[in-house]
Amino acid sequence: MPANDDLQKAQRFREAALPYLDDVYTLARYLLRDASDAEDAVQECYLRALKHFDSYRGPAMKPWLFAILRNVCNAEYARRAHRHGAIEDTPGAAEQTPIWQETEASPETEVLRSRDAGAIRKLIDALAEPFKETFVLREINNLSYREIAEAVGAPVGTVMSRLARARAMLRAAWTADEEQAR
Amino acid sequence: MTCDEARILLHALLDNELDAGHAREVEAHIAGCPACAAELSAQREMQRVLADADLRYTAPASLRARIEASLPQRQQPSRRSVLRGFAMGSAVSALAASGVVALVLRQDDQQRILSEVVSAHLRSLQAGHLIDVVSTDQHTVKPWFNGKLDVAPPVIDLTAQGFTLVGGRLDYIDARAIGAVVYKRRQHVVNLFVSQTSNAEYRAPKTETMQGFNCRRWGNRGLNFWAVSDLGADELAEFVDKFEAAMKTNVEG
Repeated sequence: MPANDDLQKAQRFREAALPYLDDVYTLARYLLRDASDAEDAVQECYLRALKHFDSYRGPAMKPWLFAILRNVCNAEYARRAHRHGAIEDTPGAAEQTPIWQETEASPETEVLRSRDAGAIRKLIDALAEPFKETFVLREINNLSYREIAEAVGAPVGTVMSRLARARAMLRAAWTADEEQAR
Repeated sequence: MTCDEARILLHALLDNELDAGHAREVEAHIAGCPACAAELSAQREMQRVLADADLRYTAPASLRARIEASLPQRQQPSRRSVLRGFAMGSAVSALAASGVVALVLRQDDQQRILSEVVSAHLRSLQAGHLIDVVSTDQHTVKPWFNGKLDVAPPVIDLTAQGFTLVGGRLDYIDARAIGAVVYKRRQHVVNLFVSQTSNAEYRAPKTETMQGFNCRRWGNRGLNFWAVSDLGADELAEFVDKFEAAMKTNVEG
């Protein structure tokens, strides 16, 4: 029989962290692009979160869980050790490039057709890191810039420019996709 | 402001992340720059399309169960096996057994209340006493509870979501009057028991099984809920999700 303290801690943890399970799982799916890897990563994330729950003093629960998940996913990337780069910041050439070049060439006010969720997920999946995680945290997990900064350990200004870049890339891929479909 | 800066800041504008001063600066630039104005409207359009698509994933129930199982648990070895014995057999013997179950488990409030909730569900099916007020109209069922309880149970019509509201009933759980809102899906009855609690914190839904019935309980907005049914765990979870979603809309709308 576990000690009473442990049971109480587990109960507090359950109430604080389990309501975000779908959010954490969603991020894991986008970061790892594989359902069963995502499940393993989320389980590991919750195990680590419980272990460190005593020392948890904030930030808000969601960004804290995301930060842990991110570490778990980075370890998974290191384990896979192949073509995909780690989510760890590698602000290479992509981040330096001006962000509007490709959109200026295409018709400026082209209206995007509604796409089914599956098609949009594929486009998001194809985004490079660290732009994809920034985009998913903002657009799908609904974090504020400050919360994203906490989760990924980068300044708010960096979050803002990554998000701008991510959206420009997504829109470019989207319109290219529609050109092809035509 | 240069176009370089505007192309980044317009996203913060879209996301309502700019303070008033910066927002004015970006808007002033955009008013005088057709290219940046076009980019802003294109990005706004994309954001709208993205918001309409369901891009989230739902964690599989098996994952939730795995995580639950990895947390320190209150152990109930002998009690569990006692319950498993009672889970079989007819509803009548199960009903008789529930008294014994309550005795065996009197140390454990949650388990005791769960067994009372399941017994109440059984009673409602057996005695032809399912509903005190028969109505598919939430505006008839809700006022009916007034003055009968110390709590106003939320009554929400979920017919459009596949669960038909059929009425309401007074019941007794833990020696207290409690509201039961009754729904049907196909021929399956769902009893939703509602009681007041001093704990206003959200408690995530959790499914338990007793005597062959599924019971999903959760807490929100200072109320405790127990949804009991012979529906499968999946469908019962669906019911709770739809109910919570509708509650949220009602509260915020």
